[in-house]
Parts: sequence; C-alpha cells; structure tokens
Amino acid sequence: MRELKTAVIAAIVLTVVLGLAYPLAMTGAAQVAFPHKADGESTLIGRDFSHDLGDFQTRPAASKYGLNPTSFNNQGPNQEQLADQLKGQLAAYLERERPYTPGLTAARVPADAVTTSASGIDPDISEANARIQANRVAERRGLPLARVLALVEDHASRPLFGLAGQKTVNVVELNEAL
Amino acid sequence: MTAAGWIEIALYIAVLIALTPVLGGYLARVYRDEVAWLGPVERVTYRLLRVDSRREQDWKGYARSLLIFSAVFWLVCYAILRTQGIHPWNPHDLSAGTWDVTFNTASSFVTNTNWQYYAGETTMSFFSQMAALAVQNFVSAAVGICVAIALIRGLAARSGASLGNFYVDLTRTLLYVLIPMSIVVGLVLASQGVIQSPHAGPVASQEAIKMLGTNGGGFFNVNSAHPFENPTWFSNFVEMLSILAIPAALTATYGRMVGNRRQGWTVFGAMLTLFAIAVVVVYVAESHGSAAMHAAGIHGPHLEGKEQRFGIASSSLFAAVTTAASCGAVNAAMESLTGLGGAVPMSQMMTGEVVFGGVGSGLYGMLLFVLLGVFISGLMVGRTPEFLGKKIESREIKLTVFGTVAVPLVILVTTAFAIASSYGRKSIFDSGPQGFSETLYAYVSQSQNNGSALAGYTGYLQPNGTNHGAFGISFADIVGGLSMMAGRFVPILIVLAVAGAMAGKRVSPPSLGTLRTDTATFGVVLVGTVVLIALLTFVPALLLGPVVQGLTNQPF
Repeated sequence: MRELKTAVIAAIVLTVVLGLAYPLAMTGAAQVAFPHKADGESTLIGRDFSHDLGDFQTRPAASKYGLNPTSFNNQGPNQEQLADQLKGQLAAYLERERPYTPGLTAARVPADAVTTSASGIDPDISEANARIQANRVAERRGLPLARVLALVEDHASRPLFGLAGQKTVNVVELNEAL
Repeated sequence: MTAAGWIEIALYIAVLIALTPVLGGYLARVYRDEVAWLGPVERVTYRLLRVDSRREQDWKGYARSLLIFSAVFWLVCYAILRTQGIHPWNPHDLSAGTWDVTFNTASSFVTNTNWQYYAGETTMSFFSQMAALAVQNFVSAAVGICVAIALIRGLAARSGASLGNFYVDLTRTLLYVLIPMSIVVGLVLASQGVIQSPHAGPVASQEAIKMLGTNGGGFFNVNSAHPFENPTWFSNFVEMLSILAIPAALTATYGRMVGNRRQGWTVFGAMLTLFAIAVVVVYVAESHGSAAMHAAGIHGPHLEGKEQRFGIASSSLFAAVTTAASCGAVNAAMESLTGLGGAVPMSQMMTGEVVFGGVGSGLYGMLLFVLLGVFISGLMVGRTPEFLGKKIESREIKLTVFGTVAVPLVILVTTAFAIASSYGRKSIFDSGPQGFSETLYAYVSQSQNNGSALAGYTGYLQPNGTNHGAFGISFADIVGGLSMMAGRFVPILIVLAVAGAMAGKRVSPPSLGTLRTDTATFGVVLVGTVVLIALLTFVPALLLGPVVQGLTNQPF
C-alpha cells in the first residue's frame, strides 16, 4: 500500500514537473532567446512549386507536400512499384528540363531530383540539380543565366566550414530571392 | 562515399570517445552521492514522495518499487490518451485514439520503446504529447539507468545484499542528469530552428529528452526527418550525439564504480567495434543505388527516403546510431534502406540492443554477455569462472542464459505467428521479401524496445483513426504491446536477480589463475559472445528479408 501511494504521488508530481513545467519553461526560454525560429521558419518547410515553371522545383513527394500528417513513401529497395515510380519521376524531370537543357540524359540527372525525400516536405535540392534547373528558370523569367547561376552559388551551402555534410540549396529561399 | 562523409563519421566517433569519460565520471559521482548541487530540491522530493532516502533495498524490494511505479505510470499514460478530448492544448480538436492503439502506445512509451502506430500530427494533442508521452520519455529512461546502476552496485558490493534505493536513484537521475541535459540540448536545438511555441507545438523540449533518453518517439509522423524536428546538419549532429552520450558514458561509470576504469573501456571497446562495423556497412551500402533505381535507369546513391540536407552520410550514420542505441528516432525512412543497408539496423537490434544500447538497458544487457563470456572462456581453459573477484555459479548462469534467450524467443514466435496467420497480413504494406522484413522488423524493434519501424507496417487506420472491426490491426497493436512489455520487464527482473545474487558474494583476491576481464583479449571474447549467442539466432530470418534483397537486382 505504501509503495502504491508513493508511486501515485510520483505520477502526479512528475506529470506536473516534467509534463507541464518543463515544456512550458522551455517554451518561454525559446520564445525569448530565438523568437523567430521557435515559431517555425517557413523556409524550412518545402512546398510544391510545380504550378509555376519559372520557379525552382522541389523534390518529388508521394504525399504532395501535405503536412497532415507528413509521411514516408515506404517502398522497399527492390519493389517493382518503386521502380515504376522512379521511372515516372525520371521521365517527368527529363520532360520538364530537356527543352531548356538540350541533351540532358538520365545519366546526368542527380539522384535527389528523381527520388522522394524522407519527410515528403524536403525544402532542399542538390547544387547539381539547381544548376540544371537554372537554365529553365532563366529562360522562363527572361533573366541572364549567369545571374541565376550566381544566385544558386550564393544559396549553396555546406556545413562545418565546408568539411562535412551535403552541398545543398534551399528551394524556398532561392525562389524568394529571384 | 565522399571524404566529407568519412570526416563526419570520424568526427562523430572522436567526440563520442572524448565525451565518455567526462560524462561517465560525472554519472559515477551522481550515484556515489558526491553530487548535491540541487540538495534542497532533492530533499523536498523525498518528503513529497514519503521516501526515506537512507533506506536500502535488496533486489526484490528494488524490483517491487520499480514494477509498481511502472504500472502506475502505464495507467496514467493510458488514461490521459483515452480522455484526450477533455484536455486543454488541443488546437486541432483531435479525439482520443481507439483502445487497441492506445494500449500499444502506452506500453510503448512506458517500456522506453516509442514504437508508434499513430501519426503525431493527426492523433496527439499538445497536451498528450507533453503530459503523457514526454513524461514517459523521462521516467522510462530513468528506470533503465536505475537498473544498470543497481547491477553495478551488486557486482561491486563488498558486503551485504543492498542494491540502493529505487526512488533515490530515480530522483537523482532526473534531477542531476536528464532534466539539466534536456534543457541544454533543447535550447541548442531551438537555436537551430526546432520549434517550441504555444501555437506550433512543444517540439524542442520533447526532442531533447527523446534523444537523451534513447526514446525515439517523434512529435511528427516522419520523426527527425521533419525539418521542424531536425532542421540542419548541426542539429542532426547534436541529436546523434545525444542518443549515444549516456549509453556510452555509462561504460565509464561502470569502470569507476567497480574500481577499475579499464573494465569500462573494455566494454566500450567491444561496443565501439560492433558499432563501427555497422556504420561502415550502412554507409557503403547506401552509397550505391538500389535494385529499383537500377531498374529505372537512375544513377547515383540511394537517396530515396532520405533528406537532401543530410545526404547519404548523415542518414547512414543516424540509422546506425539509432539502432545501436535502442532509440528508434529516424532522420530517413528505414523502409527505404537498401537490402544490405537495412540488414544492419535489424542486426544491431538483434544483438539485444547491447551495442551501446538504450540508456541503462544497453549496459545491463552487455554485462549479462560479460558474465556469459567469462563463464564460456572459464570452461574452455578449465578455470573457475570469476568476475570482479566473485565466483559465477549455477544460479547466475541459469538466470543469464534465460535473460539472453527470452527476448529472441519472443521475437521469433511473434514474427512467425504474424506471418503465418491472416491477422498479421493486414498490417503488411509492401509485397515480397520486403513484406516479411516489415513484419520481422516490427517484432524485433518492439521486443528489443527500439521503436524504429519499416513504416509501411500498419497498426492504426489513418487518417480517420478508427480501427473498428479491423481485427488484424488490433492484433498488431496487442501482440506488439505485449512483446514490448515482455522485452522490457523480463530482462529487468533477471538483471536485478543477478545483481542480488552477485551482491552477497565474497570477494577473493585475484590470483594467477584469474581470467582478466579488462584486456583487449577479453574484449574480443565479448564481441564473439554477442555475435555467436545473439545474432546467430536470427541469421535465417535475416536471409529471408533484407539479405536476399541486397544480393539481387530482382524486383518483387
């Protein structure tokens, strides 16, 4: 009985301290220290830009960039269905980019451009992918290619002083900067 | 594979090695009562709980407190989740989950598994996330650490049968370890863009303890692949480090508490060896494409199911880290890993989660293998098996053997049952060997309290969230929930019983005939014991699922 009483009191005390006081105090601290970031920066969440071919395009997503809920594509590495999806995504990419990048072949298409991400809302693409898309964006917007490529270069970042990680370009930021 | 990728992996391992003695030393001081910077808060807590902090418990007393505590928290968790509709902070007006998925979820969080059949965004209110799930993240982690400390005390004891006091260990773990570390890690994550707001959700606070407590339950359905849970390369590095920090440090704590640091480094070395092999295999496997990519004529690494900001290196390292520890957070889709890349996370879980493992559970699981290793090599060279000056006798060995085969048995039986019965098939999403992999992974992950998933496997009918009439789905929830509880509490009871048996033994001074357990040679024995006893059990199952897919370009 004594043990049960202690456990019940522990459940009440710890739920209040760890379940309410801790997260609320952290919310207060984060709102003061990082007010903009703590509310969620919109550029972190990838969007579907396919309605405007003058924009850089994010990666394919099975969930169509839906947020409720976010979900994986969940296709195993040897699934026939995945092979079909990938074929479709490769064909769509070539169809979209080839008019502006003549001679573009499957061998030159970066893997990120035709595979779905994990989150389904990946805001980033590889630098190689962005450089191919730059041809289309420049022509559709009537901008000099050199300027668009310079913008891509400005937005390409690699963490840890360039030593580690992936060279990526945030599509949402890049489109806002155009 | 790139130079940048290898640099990141080397950096991660270097930081982990450097952190281990520092944090491990601090933890040893916490459990030797040498740390008291929150003395007044500690004393108020004992008074509130009506705990006499000087009262020592034997193994049965310790186990009784732990089980009653966990049972009460299970009920609280279940009750909060089932009454979600009447609680505040429910901005999307989500109703409570059905009984079966809630049974699974409560069992999952109380056992430090964090297997999730539900999707966070469409199932859990902010209140449920905070008051039910995050609380379990703290206390289930603390329970694991308490058991490890009790076992160390039993092994180190010079006299008497006492293992300490459960509520004292629990309180000190929360006050001096988990809460302060979560505050620091949570704020670092918030600085990177992990959200923490009344409107968007308390994510940074939860993310911190989710990693530090090797829990792994995501606020969002895609877990740490979601940019609001893990926005940058740096946040990802901090999260990976948070996962292994405490499990690795506990090896150093163990060395210090038994009075020989080399004992700790030997265990650490064995864990690191297995971990390093795992990382390299995943990274190499994922750097090459998959069968489906080849069939589609796509070149390059297997980026399917991975985030661009993490790429192959950070995704592979994360997959190895999260399954070495019984964490289960993911920053890439485990279902999308290549055949051989996907065999690694499963293999690491199949070792019994002793490659660093969960907080506390990794160390106590590994120490059972140490006892077994001592016993087996003692038999081989004809010496009385002795560990830390204490004889290992029939009772401990029987318990240890049962402890190391009980969970594998649960896994094999549940997987076979789910595959053979029509109930299990309702949960399978992918066809062919991958469907088998989904099932195997589900029961390995739940029984070993990891919580990562091949997420196609279904236990909750989203998005409308009703399992009504779907018996196959209820089957997955119930069998999964029971296997999580068996996988957690059976080993805990065995470990405490072993601790009790070892605590009362006389210590004899080492002689020339003593097998030393603080040498590289014994480290090799330990690795061999883990591989032979734990992993071999599962080789046929591994061949049927992931390995066969890794060996062929055949689509299914």
